[in-house]
Amino acid sequence: MSELDPVTLAILKGRLEQIADEMDATLFRSAFNPIIAEAHDASHGIYDAVTGETLAQGKSGLPIFVGVMAFAVKSVIDLVADAGGPKDGDVWIFNEPYDGGTHLSDFRLVRPLFRDGKLFCWLASVGHWHDVGGAVPGNYNPRATECYQEAVMIPPVKLYDAGEYRPDIVAILSANSRQPLSLYGDLNGQINALDLGAKRMDALLDEYGDGTVAAAMGALKARAAMIMRDCISSLPDGTVSVEDWLDNDGVMDKPLKIALDMTVKGDALTLDFSRSAAACAGPVNISRSTTIAACYVALKHIFGEVPANAGVLEPVEFVINDASILSVRAPKPTGGYTETIMRLIDVMFQALAKIAPERSNGCAYGTINALSLSGFRGDGSRWVMFSFFGGGHGGHPLGDGLNHGNAPISTATIPPLEITEAAYPVRFTQWALRDGSGGDGRHRGGLGAVYEIELLKGEADVTLFGERGRFAPPGVAGGADAAMTRFSWQTDDGYAEPPMVSKLHGAKLAAGRRLRLETPGGGGYGDPAKRDEAARLRDAKLGYV
Amino acid sequence: MSRYVIGVDVGGTFTDIFVLDRTSGAVTTTKTPSTLDDQSRGFIAGIGSLIGDFGDIATVLHGTTTGTNALLERKGAKTGIITTTGFRDVLEMRRRDRPTTWGLWGQYGPVVPRNLRLEVDERVLADGTIHTPVDLDAVRARARVLLEAGCTAVCVFFINGYANDANERAAVAAVREVWPTSYVTAATEILPEIREFERLSTATLNAYLQPLVSSYMDRLEHALAERGAGRDLLIVQSNGGVMSVETAKAQPVRTALSGPAAGVIAAKAIAGAAGFPNIVTCDMGGTSFDVSLVAEGEAALAAQTSVDFGMVIRAPMIEITTIGAGGGSIASVDASGLLRVGPESAGSNPGPVCYGQGNDRPTVTDANLVLGRINPDRPIGGKLARLDIDAARAAIIARVGEPLGLGPMEAAEAILKVANALMAGAIRLVSIERGHDPSDFAAMPFGGGGALHTGALMLETGLGASIVPRFPGVTSALGCVVADMRHDRTQTVNAPLAAADAGALGAVMRATADELHGLLGEAGVAFEGVETVYELDMLYTGQTHAVAVPLTMPEGELTEADIAAAFDAAYRAKYGRLLEGVPMRVMNTRVAALGRRPRFDMRAFAPVDGKPLAECRIGTRALWADGAMVDAPVYDRMGIAIGERVPGPCLLEQADTTIFIDPGLVGVVDEYGNLVIRRDS
Repeated sequence: MSELDPVTLAILKGRLEQIADEMDATLFRSAFNPIIAEAHDASHGIYDAVTGETLAQGKSGLPIFVGVMAFAVKSVIDLVADAGGPKDGDVWIFNEPYDGGTHLSDFRLVRPLFRDGKLFCWLASVGHWHDVGGAVPGNYNPRATECYQEAVMIPPVKLYDAGEYRPDIVAILSANSRQPLSLYGDLNGQINALDLGAKRMDALLDEYGDGTVAAAMGALKARAAMIMRDCISSLPDGTVSVEDWLDNDGVMDKPLKIALDMTVKGDALTLDFSRSAAACAGPVNISRSTTIAACYVALKHIFGEVPANAGVLEPVEFVINDASILSVRAPKPTGGYTETIMRLIDVMFQALAKIAPERSNGCAYGTINALSLSGFRGDGSRWVMFSFFGGGHGGHPLGDGLNHGNAPISTATIPPLEITEAAYPVRFTQWALRDGSGGDGRHRGGLGAVYEIELLKGEADVTLFGERGRFAPPGVAGGADAAMTRFSWQTDDGYAEPPMVSKLHGAKLAAGRRLRLETPGGGGYGDPAKRDEAARLRDAKLGYV
Repeated sequence: MSRYVIGVDVGGTFTDIFVLDRTSGAVTTTKTPSTLDDQSRGFIAGIGSLIGDFGDIATVLHGTTTGTNALLERKGAKTGIITTTGFRDVLEMRRRDRPTTWGLWGQYGPVVPRNLRLEVDERVLADGTIHTPVDLDAVRARARVLLEAGCTAVCVFFINGYANDANERAAVAAVREVWPTSYVTAATEILPEIREFERLSTATLNAYLQPLVSSYMDRLEHALAERGAGRDLLIVQSNGGVMSVETAKAQPVRTALSGPAAGVIAAKAIAGAAGFPNIVTCDMGGTSFDVSLVAEGEAALAAQTSVDFGMVIRAPMIEITTIGAGGGSIASVDASGLLRVGPESAGSNPGPVCYGQGNDRPTVTDANLVLGRINPDRPIGGKLARLDIDAARAAIIARVGEPLGLGPMEAAEAILKVANALMAGAIRLVSIERGHDPSDFAAMPFGGGGALHTGALMLETGLGASIVPRFPGVTSALGCVVADMRHDRTQTVNAPLAAADAGALGAVMRATADELHGLLGEAGVAFEGVETVYELDMLYTGQTHAVAVPLTMPEGELTEADIAAAFDAAYRAKYGRLLEGVPMRVMNTRVAALGRRPRFDMRAFAPVDGKPLAECRIGTRALWADGAMVDAPVYDRMGIAIGERVPGPCLLEQADTTIFIDPGLVGVVDEYGNLVIRRDS
């Protein structure tokens, strides 16, 4: 194939992205569990036939998956290479998290796309399922010390073998879930999304020719690398070092260091995490591929024009110690990966603020506060209410941080409280902005939230997987830190707080009693002494401070 | 006698007036400058320029941007909210989102600030049980506080009001005792639907618009009455139907997309008459490209729209998909050498390079000019005498040609190709991605620039034809005249199908329909017929997003089997795969009543004394098409007779637009005066 003209290339870029977007939309609309349907904890993309590298990825999926899915596809490619390669109509399914995974809740479906009997590319879908066994409903087990306590683990197995559906696989999955119906619905949504992707790819290839599209995919990758080099070049050269901390791993109450030494040299960027903590007992470990993906998310927040394909990481060198918390293997638990990757994003912004403060912002609230309440209804059926909560975004060069935003690693919206109250025996007694939670600064951090929930009937088990209970979201460029996470629940002896501050397991809530979650705000940006007086008066009038 | 039916569309620059004389069937149109400080002045002046005696006016139908502009510019009333204790921040907390996926520099200011959102003790549970009765003394006290703070409108919103509105109704009655005006909005009256943020946002924006829209309506009514017109004024709603002026005053949030909706309704009517029940409307402006789908004669509706970040309106509205590509969109080459067009736009000020107002980055309009598709001596819609083609060419060479190694013509053509690909993406989004076969659809361009691109878009997306209406510039005013009257009502059920009594559900929907038909009757408008549309929002138990399920109400009692069959059909059409054995759930009922207004004969637009094509030729222009220069004929569009074939490449000029027929395409003037463009076989 000869050199592609830039016009066809621009058109094909849009078409490939549109296909991935449409796959996202199909799953979001038909998924059962709100973590996919409302929180968009899922992603779809198109991947290289040989290397598995990302060629195009949907814009609406969970940002963290943008970087990590390529590793997942590669693991299937390596697996089937020994068995003579994939067949048309094969679909693999797995949640094994160490090679291109995140945590066991995320199920990946990987499917080859054949053209005239020859492999052209791969399509993949990932979605966060509601429950796949393990010690805790919803799979956020803060006390897990091995993956086996988190959820059932499925290595890459065939859901479809040359087009033939294998219900036995679904039977195994269903038998291991507290929510088999939800699992069945989500699985079907993902199959639908892959079907649609294959149909759209066929139409595109018929229209433009396989050779042209293949050439465009190669060219787009090369251009992504060029754009990334250009972005890195716009930063001043130098090395900066920052450190941030996780409260604990849920098992040992000991802070865990996340350290970054960032070096910019010309158009190359080195991200050295060597000084970070060693692998820990509890579930805040992550795999190497997840570490890389988290850095990609931060880079994409900083340089919005960078496309979502593999070329972006070419000019970035990663130094990650294989014995560290950032590069673990089985059977280390990884359930709380969200907390660790948010700390990675926080250190990226803190490092950037030292090099180029005008490109950075105060850190966001930095924890998803995964809260699970579960119990049994009068008819004996189990209910599991599982949700992530919002907080403040950091102050930034343009103004104060956003109040009650979603986590930087996701585009999740929170389910309406009326939907939650209609589905579970709870009522919210407060759903409000948390006064005084934003870090002070020339531009103040946004406010976190207060959620107070009363159990209406029966008894509930309470599990919390949070962070930022001991180390506040930092401000940058002179801005102050935000308020920390605070959780409490009503017991016979008044309100109790978790011994591990931000993580809780095994607590019981009785009917008529309440729990209260106060989430962090965002860190401030710039010297508080330079804050506009009118802004201070307005903050006071509105009760923000 | 009352012979005139008048459509009025007030746009940012011009107020378009469309007059139908019912006795003769004749049509007259005019444009007058909009008077944006008080739209009613331009409105009345425009009508006055065509009609001597206002007593001859039967009906005035109006598409208004008063509400839209107030929302976009945040110029609504100082509004207060009275809500359940613990929930004053629901509006500001939104659904915990951010404006853009990438980048964390978002900002948001709710239309009602926190100090004007007050709480009262009351609580209803999700099952409708009253947990805490409402404290009405506290309600009255809060209302007084808001009045003292200078609020002119108020919204009362209680959690779970959709399940039982007793507390909310009592509170609204108490507020009305102390509120000096009728500007009191009850959230569940506007939207009795589950999802607190969406309901509150919709109701708050209603309150926010009410003083402004309501007083505007009063001025219109007064001015019309003063000149002797009857009181028959109807307002176009965002759903494409019209409503009485009383309804518009009570529910002004329904006017949020009034103007654009009128355009889509006109397109639907024009295309329908010409034998095209399936169209994609393409409205190309300076900064954006808006598309809407009309399938089988019905415009696609969206259940919810965001006017801006965090400004959600949940109500059926004409579904308009907007992308940032217009005449002013800027073309550039990025760091990797890839050509990009938009989303950055030069707008109308400074505008394209050829406007000579200081912009030096080339735009789509500059590319059209350099390629010979726009007449530099005849700029459309602007105040400029002439366009600077040399400056446009220089900018294209410097910013696109040199970086890409292309000549000026090739570079300009590349800009159009990328812009067309973007616009084609929007067309694909509403057609192919919704399961429609594009070859069954025709494009209908309106707005000044659309007709230059329509042929290319048709070729790029595989649409079957393109219809350029005779008066693309006054389309929205025509839409007002042909719009039907429409009322929608939603009610949340949220119960398993097996537990919902299907017969009772059917009876309730029929009763709602009767009530809506009563509203149609009260408007005092003559209809050719009335119709009812029944729909359910349904899902499988466990899902959170519902599917719209059209329902045919049987003669006898509605049964569970009827509903299940309708759901299966709708679900299969949307996702392809049914989930056997999973119980279904009914989320909402939706009922719409339509009063079909009299048709008028679109042949009123047909050219009279049309001439053969050759006689309409007004010149020749050297233009660039498909990689080469050609000498293309230029025709006076308005003069061409019915049935004439107009082969491309050529240009057709008229006062409000220029049409480009690409090589390989041919246009035919149909009996309604439309130019129908197809592939030349």
